[in-house]
Amino acid sequence: MNTQFLLQLLVNGLVVGTLYGVVAMSFVLIYKATQVVNFAQGELLLIGAWVCWTLLTKYQVPFWVGMPMTLVFMFVFGILIQVVILRPLIGEPIISVIMVTIALSAVFQAALKWIFGVNPQPFPRVFNSQAVTIGSLQIQTVYVMSLVVSVLMMIGMAWFFKVSKWGLAMRATAFNQQVAQSLGISVKTVFAMAWAISAMVSAVAGVVVAVVNGVSSGLSIYGIKVFPAVILGGLDSIAGAVVGGIIIGLLENFAQFIDSEYLHWGNLYEIAPFYVLIIILMIKPYGLFGTKDIERV
Amino acid sequence: MANSTLLPAGDFRSSYAVDTTIFPTTTSRNFAILGIALICLAPVIFSDYWLSILIQIGIYGIAALGLNILVGFTGQISIGHAAFFLLGAFTSAYISNKTSIPVFFAIPLAGVVTAIVGLIFGLPAARLKGLYLVIATLAAQYILIDFFSRAEWFTGGSVPAMAEPFSIFGYVLRGDRQYFYVVLAYVVVSYLLVTNLMRSRDGRALVAVRDHYLSAEIMGINLTKYRTLSFGLAAFFAGIAGALYAHYQLVVSNEGFGIERSILFLAMVIIGGTGSIMGIDKALALNNNLTFLREIAIGVIIIAFLVFEPDGLAHRWRQIKAYWKLYPFSH
Repeated sequence: MNTQFLLQLLVNGLVVGTLYGVVAMSFVLIYKATQVVNFAQGELLLIGAWVCWTLLTKYQVPFWVGMPMTLVFMFVFGILIQVVILRPLIGEPIISVIMVTIALSAVFQAALKWIFGVNPQPFPRVFNSQAVTIGSLQIQTVYVMSLVVSVLMMIGMAWFFKVSKWGLAMRATAFNQQVAQSLGISVKTVFAMAWAISAMVSAVAGVVVAVVNGVSSGLSIYGIKVFPAVILGGLDSIAGAVVGGIIIGLLENFAQFIDSEYLHWGNLYEIAPFYVLIIILMIKPYGLFGTKDIERV
Repeated sequence: MANSTLLPAGDFRSSYAVDTTIFPTTTSRNFAILGIALICLAPVIFSDYWLSILIQIGIYGIAALGLNILVGFTGQISIGHAAFFLLGAFTSAYISNKTSIPVFFAIPLAGVVTAIVGLIFGLPAARLKGLYLVIATLAAQYILIDFFSRAEWFTGGSVPAMAEPFSIFGYVLRGDRQYFYVVLAYVVVSYLLVTNLMRSRDGRALVAVRDHYLSAEIMGINLTKYRTLSFGLAAFFAGIAGALYAHYQLVVSNEGFGIERSILFLAMVIIGGTGSIMGIDKALALNNNLTFLREIAIGVIIIAFLVFEPDGLAHRWRQIKAYWKLYPFSH
């Protein structure tokens, strides 16, 4: 047994897992506030990463200017999606809404391939030092950065929902739209804000992944991996999404360890979360922290 | 009533038998038979290119027909349809290669195997409300495609699997022109099966589950049974279509059956009109080699149809038909 290798993979898993957690968090945000299952979450990551990449390489904007510009863009973009495409669908059956987001993801995916090409592009270097050593482990700086940014975003999100006025309005809307409306909360604005914030958070995650791995359309796989994470954590629990994300990230890398040490099947890393997804749907469909009012029929 | 050649103005359907009849007038039945007879002439008339497109429309039409039972009638979504399609293709190729079962029986067998595998994935989710089936089929899509690239005994791994040509009573059908009739026969049979299903108690139960599952349950409809049934049927038709595809192409490979293809199947159902059977056949002729522009177009079309035309082309077609029937007076 190769302990060194296992440890390295577990650190990897933690880093990737917190990123899954962040993306899952923004997914759950949309689901909780607007009851929309967003199949285009991964494409939001991708759009954020490409926008930031374009600003940094094509227009030579420094990172500390480019990033806020990306966020502003994503803010507007999220509102636009909600207002133009999803607002007319309010009251339609849930499957229409799901199909629209599936179609949205197809459109974004194809459009981005069309605009930026299919080849992965390296992201401009943001940090100088290559690696830090903790004990016997070599950890790349970008990984540390990724971990720090993810944790910061989680704390920010927690603060937003616990303290800020908008966060409270959003929670009230998620709890009961009619009551929220009667208390003077504009449900329309809350819906738009949910998309805007979710798009921004996703974009940050997208840029973080891009800094580590470069930008390519493969980045949108995060939007798919979000499903095992949110189902594990419970579809309507933000804390659950974070925990689910971290578990899925760790599990992926653990599967890779088992695979490369014992099984030699290859590619188990990619597919393991989906087996977990099926198993959870069988035994505990509301996940670890979700509301247990799912009706079995 | 059943013998009249034209429907009189107003709605005079006074019994359930009349209401559920497939052909309201003898004329419409004669036209349908005439239409099929005309299509039988297609191999003589059309060039190879158009014939291959017609065959593909037929094959994808059957798959979309199956998906429509799920999406249109029961109100659930599957985004693993392409994987089930491919499973049918590989299964039929495997059965006809490795056993002495002829292709003629391998195709329905492939459908059954696909339905069983579909149920293994769908069973936990089909029992739950709403969006869980989508997520389960998403997992099925990835797990199955991964399985195909891994299981060399079944699919040949990186080498495409060979499929035998279709044969009937020892006579081997070769070329598009002869295979066209096989596909046509399957389209007609599948269409009749699904149409008749929708006229039966089971079909109405599916629609009731979609429209209001609580009322349906109160009326004594077993929700679990009908949700799983519709998912199994959808997988079954995907398997049949995949098997037909395998024996048409004669090779089966993993290429091009990712999640985009599953979305394409959904697009066919939506554009054709969810909840309508004829609409599927009127859906676009969608074939291979997706360019980006085309993917965008498909996505945009899905969104546009859902927002502006939720009933699909079949609805528009019925309106146009109704308009001309009553022309020049609108009543």
